[in-house]
Amino acid sequence: MPNLKDLKNRIGSVKSTRKITKAMQMVAAAKLRRAQDAAEAARPYAEKLADVVNGLAASVADSPTAPKMLAGTGSDQTHLLIVMTAERGLCGGFNSSIVKVARYRAGKLLKEGKTVKILTVGKKGREQLRRDLGAHLVAHVDLSDVKRVSYENAADISKQVFAMYDAGEFDVATIFYNRFESVISQIPTPKQIIPAEVPQEAETSLLYEYEPSEEAILEDLLPRAVTTQIFTALLENGASEQGARMSAMDNATRNAGDMIDRLTIQYNRSRQAAITKELIEIISGAEAL
Amino acid sequence: MADTMQFDLVSPERKLASGPVRAVQIPGADGDLTAMPLHAPMITTLRPGVLVTEGAEGATRYVVTGGFAEITPQGASVLAERAYPAGPEGREALEAILTETRDKAAASSGPDKDRLDKLASDLARTIETIT
Repeated sequence: MPNLKDLKNRIGSVKSTRKITKAMQMVAAAKLRRAQDAAEAARPYAEKLADVVNGLAASVADSPTAPKMLAGTGSDQTHLLIVMTAERGLCGGFNSSIVKVARYRAGKLLKEGKTVKILTVGKKGREQLRRDLGAHLVAHVDLSDVKRVSYENAADISKQVFAMYDAGEFDVATIFYNRFESVISQIPTPKQIIPAEVPQEAETSLLYEYEPSEEAILEDLLPRAVTTQIFTALLENGASEQGARMSAMDNATRNAGDMIDRLTIQYNRSRQAAITKELIEIISGAEAL
Repeated sequence: MADTMQFDLVSPERKLASGPVRAVQIPGADGDLTAMPLHAPMITTLRPGVLVTEGAEGATRYVVTGGFAEITPQGASVLAERAYPAGPEGREALEAILTETRDKAAASSGPDKDRLDKLASDLARTIETIT
């Protein structure tokens, strides 16, 4: 049986752990609010842009002059997987669930004989993927100094991706991120961004006049649309991360509470046992006289 | 004839304005244009410039740095790269962007440089108009 002093120390340490997890939970809750607001504020732009691009793309898709970003390179040999994870841990299964989906996809593609390249955003994903897919990692984007994700961060990532695409380094790009469903549920989602996916049954939209030409606008819009998709993914990921951390820390706080209860009972029992033992010793000593 | 239409000004990070307006003046890439209700549907890209809306409470001015606008008979949506209310805040932001653009223009060459130079001069002109 552990002695009383040890138990007491143990209780003290679990108590301070609980304080830390409780504080982290509250910080995550506050950040979650902000992240959700940011995601909310970005939605009108993304939706409108998607509308316009889909309308345009549907009308241009079949023409032979369609931009490469829309039509693709004509092959799907080399895949770029953009894996977006958090910079920090202690957020439950958040990072692992994205990595799991990405790893599964990479495995499937490799089995089909395709070439896989991986671009990681966020330190945690890189650390996890380095173990088995280290040879496929081609680039990394570090966002650890970024307090609030802005459109420029997304633009930096997309610039890197476009440069690779123009150099013919990949044919298909897919982003992996956690879609924010609710505080307790985040869904790891793969989404193809290049070539752009065009909905088949695009409704016959208004006949727009284009200034300058249709192609010129599309040329300008497609990179913007991709950047916006990356930006949306970053924001969703940010909200998901905070949500995941909040529920993970809530669990941790509760577990610490349970542990303290258990340890306190054990502490009281052993204290009682020690007292009883001493009493027995005194009484039997007195009787022996 | 309807005398107002729905107007939205959004940037990737936030929604700046939304509501009914009588007319909106847009700095299109090929020249300024004014959209009023029942305008023919059109999509245009933007150059840096001043965007003016005429709403119920008079004219409101914004500065935009590029992006594009979608105009339909029912309304106009401007999806700006970056947009600010015309004023000291917008001026400051634009000046920062101008410096950055000039630096970039100095570092590049060929058609890229031409494009950036044009962007810089558009920005400079916009800054002058909002003081």
